Amino acid sequence: MSTVVTPEVLWWALIPVILLSAGGMLLLTVASIVRRLPDALPQAWTVITGLAVLVASVPMWNEVRDGGPRSYLGGMVAVDGSTVLVTAILAIAVVATALLARPYLAREDLPGVELYVLLMLSATGGVVMASADDLIVLFLGLEILSIAVYVLAALHLRRIESQEAALKYFVLGAFASAFLLYGMALLYGATGSTRLALIAEHLSTVVLLRDGMLLAGIALLLVGLAFKVAAVPFHAWTPDVYQGAPSPVVAWMAAGVKAAGFAAMVRVLVVTLGTHASDWSPAVSVLAGLSVVVGASVAVLQTDVRRMLAYSSIAHAGFLLLGVQAADARGTAAVYAYLVVYTLLATGSFAVLTVMGGPGDSAHSLDDYRGLVRRRPVLAGAFTVLLLGQAGVPFTGGFVAKLGVLAAAVEGRGYWVAGVAMLAAAIAAFVYLRILVAMYLEDAGDAGDAGDAEDAGVPLGARVVIGVACAGVLAIGIVPGPLMDLARDAVPVLVGS
Amino acid sequence: MGALSTFVVASSPGVPFAVLPALIVVPAVGALLVVCLPRRRPELLKLVAVATSVIVGGMSVWLLKGFDATHGAEMQFTSQADWISDLGIQWLLGIDGISLFLVVLTGVLFPIALLAVDPGHDDRAYYAWLLVLEAGVMGVFCALDLVVFFLCFEVVLVPMYFLIGRWGHGNRAYAATKFFLYTMAGSALMLVGILAVAFLHADATGTSVTFDLVAIAEAQAIDTNAARWIFAAFALAFAVKVPIFPLHTWLPDAHTEAPTAGSVILAGVLLKLGTYGFLRFGLYLFPEASHFFAPVFLTLGVVGIIYGAVVATMQRDLKRLVAYSSVAHLGFIVLGTFALNTEGIEGGLLQMVNHGVSTSALFLLVGMIYERRHTRQIDELGGLQKSAPVMAAVFTLVMLSSIGLPGLNGFVGEFLVLVGAFNAHRWWAVVAAGGVVLAALYLLWAYQRVFHGPAKGDNAEMPDLKLREGLVLAPLLALIVFMGVYPKPVIERMEPAVDALVAHIEEHVDGFHEPTSRFGVDIEGAGDHGSDHADEGDDH
Repeated sequence: MSTVVTPEVLWWALIPVILLSAGGMLLLTVASIVRRLPDALPQAWTVITGLAVLVASVPMWNEVRDGGPRSYLGGMVAVDGSTVLVTAILAIAVVATALLARPYLAREDLPGVELYVLLMLSATGGVVMASADDLIVLFLGLEILSIAVYVLAALHLRRIESQEAALKYFVLGAFASAFLLYGMALLYGATGSTRLALIAEHLSTVVLLRDGMLLAGIALLLVGLAFKVAAVPFHAWTPDVYQGAPSPVVAWMAAGVKAAGFAAMVRVLVVTLGTHASDWSPAVSVLAGLSVVVGASVAVLQTDVRRMLAYSSIAHAGFLLLGVQAADARGTAAVYAYLVVYTLLATGSFAVLTVMGGPGDSAHSLDDYRGLVRRRPVLAGAFTVLLLGQAGVPFTGGFVAKLGVLAAAVEGRGYWVAGVAMLAAAIAAFVYLRILVAMYLEDAGDAGDAGDAEDAGVPLGARVVIGVACAGVLAIGIVPGPLMDLARDAVPVLVGS
Repeated sequence: MGALSTFVVASSPGVPFAVLPALIVVPAVGALLVVCLPRRRPELLKLVAVATSVIVGGMSVWLLKGFDATHGAEMQFTSQADWISDLGIQWLLGIDGISLFLVVLTGVLFPIALLAVDPGHDDRAYYAWLLVLEAGVMGVFCALDLVVFFLCFEVVLVPMYFLIGRWGHGNRAYAATKFFLYTMAGSALMLVGILAVAFLHADATGTSVTFDLVAIAEAQAIDTNAARWIFAAFALAFAVKVPIFPLHTWLPDAHTEAPTAGSVILAGVLLKLGTYGFLRFGLYLFPEASHFFAPVFLTLGVVGIIYGAVVATMQRDLKRLVAYSSVAHLGFIVLGTFALNTEGIEGGLLQMVNHGVSTSALFLLVGMIYERRHTRQIDELGGLQKSAPVMAAVFTLVMLSSIGLPGLNGFVGEFLVLVGAFNAHRWWAVVAAGGVVLAALYLLWAYQRVFHGPAKGDNAEMPDLKLREGLVLAPLLALIVFMGVYPKPVIERMEPAVDALVAHIEEHVDGFHEPTSRFGVDIEGAGDHGSDHADEGDDH
């Protein structure tokens, strides 16, 4: 009697996926059985799930550090430092989004369960992407993540912009997925495997005399991934979607989706196709240069703060690509450090936007921020820290993040793209200054000195998110050592089964 | 203060603790303290802020005593702490004769600026930002690590932006934004340059990445062509900060719209970040490139002297006039620096301190006039001498110091700069000397219009200096006279560092000899004749 050989399963490494997916489905089940669910329950459930994933990532990190990276489930899924770090980033983003969501849903009078369910499912997809050791698994993760986000974008039923955002995101996203899938197919054709480790091995041992199929595959993969991380020229959806989608969802898109996208990009490009870096690295530096310049300069022209931050997120994607194009360990570590900082900056900033949006989620014009320091001094102060962080001012996390990717670019002799990025950063600074000028230097029409009184109107959840984000941004800016060490240890490695 | 214990003190003659980190940490802690105080107690806020800055000022003056002038050019009071060990970035602090007096100047000017004027509104934020500014400036002058230098160089922008924007006059939002963007854009490429210099140094020497200024500068391992490009990136940042003509357009706006304390700090200390940067991170780090580009900066320096003076003469706004006079004065400093000889550099260095003292005093006086008359238009003032004789006397003294009258501090610096420039490039010095005449013209003419003549309307009843104002100005007046009459203690401490810098340039630039007096015996190194500058760059 022969025994069926089952693939090895590392249950501990699957904990985040299990927690998030089971959490989401359980919540959906309970919500459809119990007619009147207490308002606070879905949020509390999501926050607890997110925190549980965050807590679970600590022993996972130690396990990976001591026992080394592992591949399991027949070489389909792997766990390494980067997997755990990205999982933790996603968990933080889930908790932050959930904290922001409830007051938002209550204010906008929207049904209260779907957002949390979709959020957790989307995060599941992100974790799968971060642990993919196979192109097919990567694609599965990407689709789980994306489809949930398409629906999330449409969640505000009564805002036509929200519907528009979802439709745009869906149509363009589907295109991008098609590109990605075709790229994967070509890569399979060129190398004979979808397993990342086998692809890398094949490329390092076999010299392809006719590498057209491989290059076409890489190009299509790059297009698909560049769309997901909103790099120019595949960014057109970003401003409309950021402007239309509900503000807490935008926080998730900016922090979570971007982190997962870059995790996938690093896994595929830097780690798997590292031997062919000379083929894709120039293309990525062009994307990086375009993203920083277009993101920063178009942001200057905006009058809607949400669109400003949307374009600035494009510029941030450009900076992240600067680390990717370096195609080495320093660049990859810099990307992860940047992602951690950016998660804090993005969730914090969009938390402020959620609060400022007001009923109807529409008060996002620059005029609405005039004289904010008189009306809400604490909120204005916190937003100042976050904006200065985004500008990359020293002693904020933003500076440390930019320093890392720039160092990686310069070490790889990418002087031009590094110079372009820094000049664009100066342009981007003008964008953040415009918001600061509005908040501090212009008076609102009805100059009422309400003092701290109105700060009481900031919901507790938003306060926690903004507070933690500001504290984190400043702490990383002053003592960056621990984050840099963490990011260095998180560099992904490929493990064959 | 716990942060101080993480520093490893390497050498501190006569000082029992890490004094340089304390110069940075104390104001930062003071700022935190101010933020935690209740906002409705302006007098308490001011007390804490002034006390903090007096402590810092005391420590910086104490450095004068502890500083060992016989120690040669080595860095003193050095201390070290790791920051980002992965990239080899560390808090490496130390001062020599070049930075010593700028640290002291900073330490002295901040309490004066804090005491001189009250913000009028939002006191808490005002004092906190001023203290943050002090921490940043101290960091710039003490940093011996390139990234930490950049960190402090950039962070200074934020408090200054808010000081101009929130407590300034007139078109303050425009002036603040222009100031921030100009300087940020200028220094954008410097960060790339800093990273490039460190990685190229590491490649060339085969060591791990370090941003240690002294190690990189002494090794001079980088290829000449690359060094020139990187120097250009640095120079752009410093040229905007100085500012060198034609990058100066932010200065008149920022100085004029800033509140008095902001103008004092901006003129007194912040402009020195650029000229100090040229000495420390230009001449020392890239001697060959500095020599190569020297004709450009000499020319721009001279243009700045004449242009600043001419434009200052045309101003109708007294504060704007003082602002443009800064453009001229900083032209002198640039001229002295790029003369590349001991007299020129020393004169430039002295001029940095002198300009800090005299121009701060001028801005204080203009601020006092504005407080009384609510105008800075020269046309609307006049005859103030009758109602405010003491103020007129003080103004005269400060003005004469700014003109460079012998016996006052301005003369010593300007004279040395001109001697240095004359030895190196005669005709440049001749043109620059014209600037001295113009300085006399615009300042004396302004004085005449403001203080002499018949007093119309409110000008006749303008109150004279109050005791508090007199006390604030007194230390500056004392410095003006003391440094004019007896500059030896200052020069003595500067000289070893400046000599070493010139020797460093001679060592690393082929065929370059310090341009010394052509009337003495030592003219063998006179490869460059003062009258012929076209081939200046080719003589190495």
